Amino acid sequence: MELRSNEPTGPIEKRWDKHRFDMKLVNPANRRKHTVIVVGTGLAGGAAAATLGEQGYHVKAFCYQDSPRRAHSIAAQGGINAAKNYQNDGDSVYRLFYDTVKGGDFRSRESNVYRLAQVSVNIIDQCVAQGVPFAREYGGLLANRSFGGAQVSRTFYARGQTGQQLLLGAYQALSRQIEAGTVEMHARTEMLDVIVIDGVARGIVTRNMMTGKIEAHTADVVLLATGGYGNVFYLSTNAKGCNVTATWRAHRKGAFFANPCYTQIHPTCIPVSGSYQSKLTLMSESLRNDGRVWVPKTKEDCSKKPSDIPENERDYYLERIYPSFGNLVPRDIASRRAKFMCDQGFGVGPEVDGVRRGVYLDFRDAIKRLGEKAVSERYGNLFDMYERITGESPYKYPMRIYPATHYTMGGLWVDYNLMSTIPGLFVGGEANFSDHGANRLGASALMQGLADGYFVLPYTLGNYLATSKLSKVSDDHPEVTGAVEAVKERVSKLLSIGGARSPDSFHRELGQIIWDYCGMSRTAEGLQTALQKIPALREEFWQNLKVTGTGEELNQTLEKAGRVADFLEMGELMCLDALTRDESCGGHFREEHQTTEGEAKRDDENFQHAAAWEWSGEPSKPKLNKEALDFEYVKPSQRSYK
Amino acid sequence: METINLKLHVWRQKGPNDAGGFKVYEAKDISTHASFLEMLDVVNERLLEKGEEPIAFDHDCREGICGMCGMVINGRPHGPQKETTTCQLHMRQFKNGDEIWIEPWRAKAFPVVKDLVVNRSAFDRIIQSGGYISVRTGSARDANEIPIRKEDADLAFEAAACIGCGACVAACPNASASLFTAAKIAHLALVPQGQAEREDRVRKMVAQMDAEGFGHCTNHYECMAACPKNIDVDFIAKMNRDFLKSMATARKDIASRDKD
Repeated sequence: MELRSNEPTGPIEKRWDKHRFDMKLVNPANRRKHTVIVVGTGLAGGAAAATLGEQGYHVKAFCYQDSPRRAHSIAAQGGINAAKNYQNDGDSVYRLFYDTVKGGDFRSRESNVYRLAQVSVNIIDQCVAQGVPFAREYGGLLANRSFGGAQVSRTFYARGQTGQQLLLGAYQALSRQIEAGTVEMHARTEMLDVIVIDGVARGIVTRNMMTGKIEAHTADVVLLATGGYGNVFYLSTNAKGCNVTATWRAHRKGAFFANPCYTQIHPTCIPVSGSYQSKLTLMSESLRNDGRVWVPKTKEDCSKKPSDIPENERDYYLERIYPSFGNLVPRDIASRRAKFMCDQGFGVGPEVDGVRRGVYLDFRDAIKRLGEKAVSERYGNLFDMYERITGESPYKYPMRIYPATHYTMGGLWVDYNLMSTIPGLFVGGEANFSDHGANRLGASALMQGLADGYFVLPYTLGNYLATSKLSKVSDDHPEVTGAVEAVKERVSKLLSIGGARSPDSFHRELGQIIWDYCGMSRTAEGLQTALQKIPALREEFWQNLKVTGTGEELNQTLEKAGRVADFLEMGELMCLDALTRDESCGGHFREEHQTTEGEAKRDDENFQHAAAWEWSGEPSKPKLNKEALDFEYVKPSQRSYK
Repeated sequence: METINLKLHVWRQKGPNDAGGFKVYEAKDISTHASFLEMLDVVNERLLEKGEEPIAFDHDCREGICGMCGMVINGRPHGPQKETTTCQLHMRQFKNGDEIWIEPWRAKAFPVVKDLVVNRSAFDRIIQSGGYISVRTGSARDANEIPIRKEDADLAFEAAACIGCGACVAACPNASASLFTAAKIAHLALVPQGQAEREDRVRKMVAQMDAEGFGHCTNHYECMAACPKNIDVDFIAKMNRDFLKSMATARKDIASRDKD
């Protein structure tokens, strides 16, 4: 199948405006006749559902949490980028576009990224109008800070809770529409399949998590904004409930999955402490603005107290290797360097499996320079959180950090309209693949979620509805009843295996395989090993899974089982994609492809494309489709942060 | 690594109509570095292996921000540590041999779904009744055209830091939702954008809070003591003042939202 990006042509700064004008509109009086399904109510889904409701469409929104206010967007801490140039430091839409394309290691689509930079400006206006309490300067104007990988201060923030405040803004807009009756909200409801009729998405099958009731919801268009698949690693910074099921089920119905091997490993997480561990906690990357990363210069010092290591015995390795970016190098570089230092034996903190996996993030100098009060104003809640988890105060001892899986740049393939390869199935936010390329820069996930939700999807969905002939679908259509039956069957299968192992035990084992072989660095050999291990584990899962309880009640073990089943297929696709992409780029680091200095080395001649995988009916045999990526404006170059 | 043994008394309730009761579980060899929820994970994994149903509890982000987790631990919502959600409570707060009582939030407006899981959708309906600023997407003017005093922005932020977990309700002898509702009202009343709807908002939200079956605030301050985000009871005073003022000055009646 030929992948058409449907990008407009012409000067990049005019593309979105031209496209918006060319799109067909739905008459306001006709909008209420259209039903729109939105799955996921985080920044992308919540913003889209609110905006579409406000425009007059009949929206049915779904989330697995007990309230849309709890979507995982809420946990993003650091900030949101926008090309406002309020700091008069030379920022512009073009510069944000340029930084994002380059930061993504030339594996994103220029047209999409430009649009993202362009609407970033409106996002801040929108959020401020909603009452989002961004940080302010004494003159009453908005404050900004710089963020990993950026040399301008374009990041807007609300202390360490930017994601929470932005999500609450979207949630409040959504709540207003729920009250107005334009949005019908279904919380504690999981989407378990997409209904496709004559090749077009026409609805979803859901399970009410409180009663177990499985039902079909039909619509004219379906939007998935269900986040990323980082929990395939078991340990990640994602919320425990984050899962791949919605996008994976859509993939099995014909939506291509693009660039699954691109995982962002975040450099500033609290290190693992033991086998009971259920998740990893991220400390905001904004900490790198004032914290200095170091390890001891000699291995003998690694077990000493940091205060006993004199200044000249400390290796501030990021400042040493990357003098112009220092502690603010992009995430992939900071993460890989931390792993490298620990693998070389310079790690600090407790030994886990014989290795000390941690580096110091030290605020001593910042406290000296700014005073404890100013530092606490900037990072106080993060310091408290760190102390609660580790029992150590970062005011007294340097923090210990280590990389962890944080964000997935891959996702369902979408065109410029954010429509997947299933017509009528749109995908927004982290669930799609389009804007971040092989690596996501700091403070740009919130930007993409809200850009898609407030400013892109409401237009492109309208255009789809205005230009499609959609007949009504009755609830007894064979595709509808068939999809419901298939979901019911799958649920009873999971309940009836009667084996000995819990869903979590399979998940942990899968996660370890993915982390070992498809984590921060990959080799052909390791990936081949993973591709042997995963199908075997999947087979055992379907023979030896144990789920207690019934399907007609709140059953958290059953929920986990369904998600782990999909992760087991997804994980294999990640490894296959990683093996096939025989180059290094961004978050995908193949050890065979590095410069003499150990940096990622791309192969633009062979891999300047998005890899879009097509379901073949069997998890181990997907078909590869390629969308070539053109760079008209930002010419590919070796990324250098020295 | 240091480990401890505990005796847990856990509230088990099959469904909303089940009477429910405490059951005792031994939790052996629990790492003191584990979080409270990780301790429950370990207990649940062992129950599942024995073919018993794991304890249902709500949780999601496990980093203290989503507000999904919450249980009453030894009589205190989110347990003994101040300004801490259950997911951020670590087992180093307990001693070897401790007995721990674990129950769901108890409030008429938060019916139990199963075990430790309660239905908090009443909070959503309070927000739906007016806890927002009515602005259409795309119609906002430039953000810096409306300066906001830093002190006001900071105070608005402190109110907006509420995570909606419901600990305030669970801690209150009257099961009042005043702290939650007041936090939202204060957040929006402290910014210029929130002024146009200020009077209507406070009346609608207070009416909805009452309609949901939450009790009244009689100044016990237990809510603030239990709040993991340290939301200040001063916001309740602000809410009451705004409410009284709006009773005198509002231009229209706000109908009770009791569905008739």
